[in-house]
Amino acid sequence: MEKIPVLRMGPLLLITIQVDMHDKLALQLQDDVTHRITEHGSTGVLIDISSLEIVDSFIGRMLANIAAMSRVLGADTVVVGMQPAVAITLVELGMSLPGVRTALSVEAGMELLLGTVAEDANGTDNERSEA
Amino acid sequence: MNDLAEILAENTESIRKQWIAEMSKGVERADLISKAELEEQSREILDAIVIGVKTSGPTNTGAAGWDAARELLRQISASRARQGFSTIEVATFVLSLKQPVFNQIRTAFKSDQDRTFTAIWAATELLDRLALITTESFMTTREELISRQQQELLELSTPVVKLWDGILALPIIGTLDSSRTQVVMESLLQTVVATNSKYAIIDITGVPTVDTLVAQHLLKTITAARLMGAECIISGVRPQIAQTIVHLGINLEDVTTKAKLSDAFALALDRSGRKVVNKSAAPASSLANLVTKRER
Amino acid sequence: MNVLKRETQPLKNSSDVVLARQKVRQWAIELHFSLVDQTKLVTAASELARNALDHGQGGAMSVEVVSNGSKNGLRLIFEDQGPGIPDIGLALKDGYTSGSGMGLGLGGSKRLVNEFDIQSEVGRGTTVTVIRWK
Repeated sequence: MEKIPVLRMGPLLLITIQVDMHDKLALQLQDDVTHRITEHGSTGVLIDISSLEIVDSFIGRMLANIAAMSRVLGADTVVVGMQPAVAITLVELGMSLPGVRTALSVEAGMELLLGTVAEDANGTDNERSEA
Repeated sequence: MNDLAEILAENTESIRKQWIAEMSKGVERADLISKAELEEQSREILDAIVIGVKTSGPTNTGAAGWDAARELLRQISASRARQGFSTIEVATFVLSLKQPVFNQIRTAFKSDQDRTFTAIWAATELLDRLALITTESFMTTREELISRQQQELLELSTPVVKLWDGILALPIIGTLDSSRTQVVMESLLQTVVATNSKYAIIDITGVPTVDTLVAQHLLKTITAARLMGAECIISGVRPQIAQTIVHLGINLEDVTTKAKLSDAFALALDRSGRKVVNKSAAPASSLANLVTKRER
Repeated sequence: MNVLKRETQPLKNSSDVVLARQKVRQWAIELHFSLVDQTKLVTAASELARNALDHGQGGAMSVEVVSNGSKNGLRLIFEDQGPGIPDIGLALKDGYTSGSGMGLGLGGSKRLVNEFDIQSEVGRGTTVTVIRWK
């Protein structure tokens, strides 16, 4: 069965979702991420959804779950690249994905995660209060 | 009705001249249409009406013999609509044909009341029907025009402006209903992606009222932008709006709001790690040096 | 209402849900729906197909091109012979933003379409019909 690849980049895990996911694949991904965070001691997870043309409530919940699970394991999650049509539809659907931080691009997402990592010592988290 | 057909065919030019005279008495609109154009159109229509009456009779305006006349009236009314004539002016155009035609009938039948009445009745029915066809066509064109203008207005009235690298401004003028919100959201979000802008200032100075519905629409837009990774700042909040928001119990806790666009811009600059500095005062200091040197 | 074209997609497993989404997308593109409208319709289809599978124990989706005289639209019908929904009013309420709730996705889907109808009988099954007009 195909898996969604989880790449390691230093302290971060990078996930690019390009396929139209069916449910088993989504559950597999949640499982994978939690294991990899523990394995590498990752402090950040970047999920790139710029290729996703549909995000329904199931996928939305998956993203929220990954963010929540990662936080429990000490890692921050940022979802990047959401397409405008998807954002508009999610809002209409009633999903605002609280607890899931977002950024416009992979670059912006990495800045957020790496910046936060450096700020951990200070305990400041400006972005979180904005979101 | 052969009578009518004959009268029209034999007196076309005189009827037409009287018709033009009737029209100038009423509403000629020389500002919208030239005399020459009017003469040409009246000639064409009268000829088409004569053919229609001769071929299919005065009652059956749907028949093939009337095709040319109907098409002509449709074209003329469509162009009148685009030129900006009013509905009355367009209807009068056809109806003012009655007086000349009636005059002609009276002249032709003199004291024969029966023939006169029959012919006048046929003529009035015919011209009424033609006037209705013309007016209906006119209104359809007008409605299409208005609908297209509304669409253009909707798109034009939500420009997204780039204030600086990564900072957009979206001034909203007019009421924000649900269909407008859709246009605003799509326009804003697409520009956010295209310019990779993290900050969007939504200025509502031009929004007359902010009630619960409008607030919901704004919040939808803000949430959608946030989902994509962009932050919205609302600016242009007038005092009355602030009062309404509080009175209605609208919750804007998670939203940054500013009274002035300039404040919102300053905030966005600050949040994106930028600072505005004055240029150094070099020329003035060298002049001071010059003065000091001389004094020495 | 006239039905101009019709196709059915069984919903027996999660791959079928993916196929259902793709089918609706194809048809929406053929009818020249805007990108946002396409996305809304396909997302609604995904929600309802998933429901039929997860809560309705499997069923089928029909896609139809319909016309009401002045405009064309896409109609989707989701049928299952599952346990049915005892309290439709409750099911349509938003339990979604928190991520909890029964996850029926009905309330949300309703907002993504122009017309929404649900018929359900406990013990017999559920039929959800939605239409998006052009």
